[in-house]
Amino acid sequence: MSLRSPLSKAVGLGSAKHGFSHWWWQRVTAIALIPLSIWFMVSVLSLLGGGYLAAVSWLQSPLNATLMLLFVLTALYHAQTGLQVVIEDYVHTKWLNLVMLIGVKFLAAAMAVMSVIAVLKISVGA
Amino acid sequence: MAEFTLPKNSKIKQGKHFPAAEGTSNVRTFSVYRWSPDDDQNPHIDTYEVDMDNCGPMVLDALLKIKNEIDPSLTFRRSCREGICGSCAMNIDGTNTLACTKSVEECGGGKKDVKVYPLPHMSVIKDLVPDMTHFYAQYASVEPWLKAKTPVSQSAERLQSKEDREKLDGLYECILCACCSTSCPSYWWNSDKYLGPAILLQSYRWLADSRDEAKGERLDALEDPFKLYRCHTIMNCTNTCPKGLNPGKAIGEIKKMIAERSL
Repeated sequence: MSLRSPLSKAVGLGSAKHGFSHWWWQRVTAIALIPLSIWFMVSVLSLLGGGYLAAVSWLQSPLNATLMLLFVLTALYHAQTGLQVVIEDYVHTKWLNLVMLIGVKFLAAAMAVMSVIAVLKISVGA
Repeated sequence: MAEFTLPKNSKIKQGKHFPAAEGTSNVRTFSVYRWSPDDDQNPHIDTYEVDMDNCGPMVLDALLKIKNEIDPSLTFRRSCREGICGSCAMNIDGTNTLACTKSVEECGGGKKDVKVYPLPHMSVIKDLVPDMTHFYAQYASVEPWLKAKTPVSQSAERLQSKEDREKLDGLYECILCACCSTSCPSYWWNSDKYLGPAILLQSYRWLADSRDEAKGERLDALEDPFKLYRCHTIMNCTNTCPKGLNPGKAIGEIKKMIAERSL
């Protein structure tokens, strides 16, 4: 039995005094992803049937490499903020919640670094 | 983890059936959630056939008729019977609303059973009576009163222009019936920390008040991943509000105010 007052439970540990930045960047990245996704889909469709070499030379263009990195990094950042919300909403076992929140960040960071290296390798290193 | 099945002692069973007297022609059946803390039974659905020729038009009229004439053990809250006290908030025909302002005819396409359940995802005290303790404590936590440092002499009023007063329309009418909060999935899963639409609308009622001088403190207390930002604009709150208010918009306005001071 808990003898804490209902108000004490409702107040909890008080406000974390953040949340705006997460909310704001989730929306900013969503807006950025509208043109970037359209560009990505149009590009992939135009590369269909062109073969491996055509795709490599397409990605060697500085413009395409820049847009590709912007698309991948924005998408990963956006996905990571979204998954964070899903985990916070539904996973209430504290240790699992923390493992998943940290896991999502690590995964997004690893995928971001790998994407940068892959694109740069094709675009610059080839 | 989220729970996908009810615990064994929460599974809802079929309860008793109370048929109408013979010779009644205009009958509606009410399927009502029953649970009592005084026995070890699971929650169950009792069905009552009500003679609508001798009953008022609203669901509350039917519930009162059931309690008075068929089954006095049926327990529910009610007071004003005109949609201003918020006591008889419950889930009727699949939607949270006030039993006193919901007409029986609107339910189940006018034919099928009228399903009456307590407000969703609240602890039940008995039958249709949910435990509102936490909800009210959350209301108290947003300090819902005018806060101003500017002194006012005892004879004077704190003046407000007509335009500023109009900004409170659509907010002051909230009767705290909790229909909106208990229709919100975010509130279902995280009500321990998320304030929910009713409390956030009430909080915005003071943020929107030109006389209030504690806006910064109020926004500080709300800017939290759970207290405010658990709102994912699902908009069940606005769909269900029996007073026709828009808690979803009020929450959006709070987010806008926080954005305004951050950008």
